[in-house]
Amino acid sequence: MWKLLAKTLLTKPLPIAAPAPEEAQLAELAGRLAVAARARLGRSLSIRQVDAGSCNGCELEIHALNNPFYDLERFGLRFVASPRHADVLLVTGPVTANMREALERTYAATPDPKWVVAVGDCARDGGLFAGSYAVVGGVSAVVPVDLHIGGCPPSPTRLLSGLLALLETAARGR
Amino acid sequence: MGNGTELIDFLARGEARPQRPWPRFRLSRAQWLDLLTHLTIADWALLGLWAEPGEVHAAFCDASGAAMAVASLACPEGDFPSLATLRPGALRLERAVQDLFALAATGIGDGRPWLDHGQWRARDGARARARPASDYDFLRAEGEALHQIPVGPVHAGIIEPGHFRFHCSGEAVVRLEQRLGYVHKGTLSLMQGKPAATAARLAGRLSGDSTVAVALAFARAVEAATESAVPERAIWLRALLAELERIANHLGDIGAIANDAAFVFLQSHLTVLREMVLRAADQCFGHRLMMDVVLPGGVARDLDGAGAARLRALAAALWPRFAELMAIYESKPSLVDRTVGTGIVHPELAQRFAAGGFVGRASGRGFDARKHPGYPPYDRLDFAVPVLSDGDVHSRLLIRAREVEASLGLVEQILGRLPSGPVFAPLAAGGGEGVALVEGFRGDVLAWVALAPDGRVRQAQLRDPSWFQWPLLEAAIEGNIVADFPLCNKSFNCSYSGHDL
Repeated sequence: MWKLLAKTLLTKPLPIAAPAPEEAQLAELAGRLAVAARARLGRSLSIRQVDAGSCNGCELEIHALNNPFYDLERFGLRFVASPRHADVLLVTGPVTANMREALERTYAATPDPKWVVAVGDCARDGGLFAGSYAVVGGVSAVVPVDLHIGGCPPSPTRLLSGLLALLETAARGR
Repeated sequence: MGNGTELIDFLARGEARPQRPWPRFRLSRAQWLDLLTHLTIADWALLGLWAEPGEVHAAFCDASGAAMAVASLACPEGDFPSLATLRPGALRLERAVQDLFALAATGIGDGRPWLDHGQWRARDGARARARPASDYDFLRAEGEALHQIPVGPVHAGIIEPGHFRFHCSGEAVVRLEQRLGYVHKGTLSLMQGKPAATAARLAGRLSGDSTVAVALAFARAVEAATESAVPERAIWLRALLAELERIANHLGDIGAIANDAAFVFLQSHLTVLREMVLRAADQCFGHRLMMDVVLPGGVARDLDGAGAARLRALAAALWPRFAELMAIYESKPSLVDRTVGTGIVHPELAQRFAAGGFVGRASGRGFDARKHPGYPPYDRLDFAVPVLSDGDVHSRLLIRAREVEASLGLVEQILGRLPSGPVFAPLAAGGGEGVALVEGFRGDVLAWVALAPDGRVRQAQLRDPSWFQWPLLEAAIEGNIVADFPLCNKSFNCSYSGHDL
């Protein structure tokens, strides 16, 4: 283990350069964030992930954000275990009928100011699962959404670029 | 015992139905009851149980895994005699059938709804009973010193939703009961009426981590139903995809188990290896998780020379790095102390539930669909199926490690022998019924499909391996401390979405 640690210290670091936020994401966010919220949250956000019905594909890529290539925490973004500690709800999946109440309660348990980021094509409008008797629809059918990050599932780079757009917008508001 | 024809001879008393490649027989009610009686002495494993309006189906394989067949029962009165007391793996499947098809399993012993939380919109055939989602009668454990810990559906980590109800005595878990179904999306009903290629996209999203395995099982069932031939190169590429998926998931799981024992170092390095696999998959097949690459009729993308070279280099790079990390795992007594003897699944239970994958193989059940019943190209490949018998977290981790090595070997063999030619052939026209069993990283995935004459899906079933593994987690945690639950849970890594349908 010590040999491997030493080797790791001597090799080039793995993290990729920060991807630029997409223009569309900045535009979607611009109109939605109150100045007060920006000022309070600054450049550090705590994220609570909520799977509201996904196939688990999005979760795999959200997990990858924590690996040394993407290393989310270097940007001041971190995942927390409770909505009560969170500034951002990162919601995946078409919202299933069986998860609707849990999502509403999680949203209610998150202190203001808060943002909701809908992750994946299903989270936008139900995606492939739209129209099912067991699916309510996209995330915005249940809670207000501030930013959509598309993809099936979105790659970690795309997720990172969306979350950085959120940070950028927050920082500009100070 | 183990005589492949015995199962089929027994079921052949019924009326033969046109299903490929394994036969299906529609039994009379008396014959179904005979089957139930015979199941008390026969060692046939239940592979799946599902329904369509007015008819229930149960798939079996004999102890050798070589013979398979499906028994069906028409249910004009809306009920069927339950298999749950004879094959405990049937219990939750029957509860799901009750919820989805309004067929009652008589004698089931547990009439509570399973996937239906009283929230669905009304539709034909399903009971749309509006009731509070929290209205569920959990089994009790009573005693002066006992307390309950409710967990979920929203968990503390980045994981899928489900509810765990613990009854504890101090730190020790007296009883764990799961309540699942939160991510039920009606996937199977969405497949109905769709062309096979469209339905395959839904199959590929039953459980995102097993997208290759489920899409492959579905494609094989469709190809069996329509008697379509698949180009040889596509068959080999599918195996390549499936082994890459197995490697990526096992690397992630081993790291996650180490993380839940507070050894982040190992997870950090294993996530790097996993990322290397996903990036190679993205470059070779256009998608990190390889979604929508396996299609009925073949695969959507060919592998070019540069891609093959890249995968060869990947395997060569993974071998030594993985070996180094596993040596570190084995050399840390404080880590192994957490995994050895924790969360034991007794071999008898694994057998009774016909648990597949690393859960079964860590508890002495060596079933692997690639070997039995087997499917191409695995009959022409050389690989070992590891089996251990301690049934603890450590054994499930070691099985994964041995499988990573076996799959790396398979990747190298496949790349060395990839035949040339086309990778897709249109399906033969017409309908029919097909069934397939494919080994995903979690275990055997069963797919069954009935196609209408125009080739559209009339009815489909996808049975994730988790159906027979989730119940064993309840048994594994008993008597362990609450703090070891994440470790046990991660060593199972059952699918919620795959199970919830």
